[in-house]
Amino acid sequence: MLLIQQLLNGVMLGSVYVTVAVAFTLTIGVLNFLNFTIPTLFMLSGMGAWALAKWGLPFGLTGPFPWPLALGGAVVMTIAASLVVERFTFRYMKAKYGDATEHAIPLVSSLGFLLIIENLIRIGYGTDPQRMDAISWDTTINLDGLLLRAPQLISLAVALAIVAGLTWVLKHSRIGRGLRAIAENPDAANILGVDSKRLVPVIFMLTGLLCGLAGILFAINYGEVSPGMGEEIGSKAIAGMVIGGLGSIWGAVLGGLIIGIAEMLTVHFFGADTVQVVVWGLLLAALFVRPQGLLGHHSIGKGKL
Amino acid sequence: MSGYWTGILTILAINVIMAYAIFLPVATGQLNLGGAGFQALGAYTAAYFSANYGLTVWLTLPLSILVGGAVGIAIALPLLRTKGVYLVLATFALAEVIGGAILNTEALGGAMGLSVPDYVDYPVPMGAAVLVTLFCFYLMATRFGLAMRAAHDDEVVTDLLGVSVRGVRVAAFAIGAALAGLAGALYAHSYSFVESQSFNATLSIYVLLYVLLGGTQTALGPLFGAVFFTLLPEVLRSILPEFKSWIVLAFGAGGNVSPPDESWRFVILGLLTVLMMIFRPEGLITRTLVDRLCSPFTPRRRVLREVAV
Repeated sequence: MLLIQQLLNGVMLGSVYVTVAVAFTLTIGVLNFLNFTIPTLFMLSGMGAWALAKWGLPFGLTGPFPWPLALGGAVVMTIAASLVVERFTFRYMKAKYGDATEHAIPLVSSLGFLLIIENLIRIGYGTDPQRMDAISWDTTINLDGLLLRAPQLISLAVALAIVAGLTWVLKHSRIGRGLRAIAENPDAANILGVDSKRLVPVIFMLTGLLCGLAGILFAINYGEVSPGMGEEIGSKAIAGMVIGGLGSIWGAVLGGLIIGIAEMLTVHFFGADTVQVVVWGLLLAALFVRPQGLLGHHSIGKGKL
Repeated sequence: MSGYWTGILTILAINVIMAYAIFLPVATGQLNLGGAGFQALGAYTAAYFSANYGLTVWLTLPLSILVGGAVGIAIALPLLRTKGVYLVLATFALAEVIGGAILNTEALGGAMGLSVPDYVDYPVPMGAAVLVTLFCFYLMATRFGLAMRAAHDDEVVTDLLGVSVRGVRVAAFAIGAALAGLAGALYAHSYSFVESQSFNATLSIYVLLYVLLGGTQTALGPLFGAVFFTLLPEVLRSILPEFKSWIVLAFGAGGNVSPPDESWRFVILGLLTVLMMIFRPEGLITRTLVDRLCSPFTPRRRVLREVAV
């Protein structure tokens, strides 16, 4: 019974990883770009919601926001930040230098943005974790001895709904077709009339939206945000994405849930200290044995844009 | 020399060695985001053997180099099948696994860390840094260095011309890992204490940024990058408070100004990174720049910019 409970907890924990992992896999799948600002955007959303609810806009422009508005504002802010990142990282990734490490250019810029955003937040609001009791609630559903927390159930539902919606958009909408064309072959897509200059920002908006939602879901779930919250979630989301397969959205879902379950089982059997070794060991093993991941496509990571 | 400056010289020496450790794989076209892991290996090797077996620093340094290099080869053989984004992720994951394994090993002190008995003063790391720098300049001038450059610029053609690209990459990765081991051992003996938390992901990121901002085309790049970014925080430490008081003065408020937050240094490093990637993504020091500085009177040739495939 305890084991089943732990498995359930793992799935619930995994739902936050899933949302962030989908954000990672989307940028890698379409643009072949490992966006290291994603964990920071996630953190920005959580801290932003806290700051808006407690202080309002910076420099005393407004008073504190009521919390539904603060949560919405945090998501909007995260999307805006993601678009800024796009403006200064991806728009300059042109293959004009003929350099084998050139795929590293946006990756390195995104590391730069990671430093900027995270440290600005630290300067503005300090490094301590902040409580958000007002918006976290703790309703437990007792199912025949199995305990389910309501906010976690909602997170899982929201995560799955987002992923399903995203898959639908990618499959059936005009934008989605354009994005898949860019993922397949950017040059051919451009020749055939796909405007990649206008579609690339869409990817970053989606990234911002996913990170923003993940950030506020995390805040609602745990009632606590901190400037360091992105690193741990980000690393587990990366592990989940690799295990599921780079560029595969349902792979990211599966990988995120696997990581969540693996984490809870590790805590159950070996204690909390070994989680890092297990998660990253799984990632390494996946890379050695099956680099394309469980559901991934082996052509990801070849020539792109 | 005051303690402040000897401290900076020690950090500088370790950063230079780490920069070369990351530079060697990057020069063959392989991003290594796991520098901290290999540094931790070296540091803990030195700490363990000097604390438990009483080895002197002259024995632990070569031992750390050997351990770093051996693990480097063992890891590089399977790891370098992957490339691009996968390699970045794999090296990053490797560093996390090493850090986590150390944290969970009782013999290595776990989260408590280990104290290291044999203290070395700044001349030893400085001397090692000079030797490593000379070694890397020599290496880049040999046929092996040429093969590294070739593997970086075009792996298909290099392979066709009979150079074992994979062999070159594994060798460069392993030499880099050995150098990171040396940097770790010097760290352990200079600070007399190691804990796994100091070899975290942030360290790997900083070292990679030093190297890429300095430039990866010549052996001068990492040296410049490491020196610049080690001294930059020290310069900023004195400039930033003045800068802040000017701003405060400009807005009319005088008097005592509290010193600005330490985090501003990282914001500035991040800004520099983003700007560099926009305006000069190949790094500050490039081959053309070195050529031009070495022979300033030859008329400049116009080179058509290559079109990458």
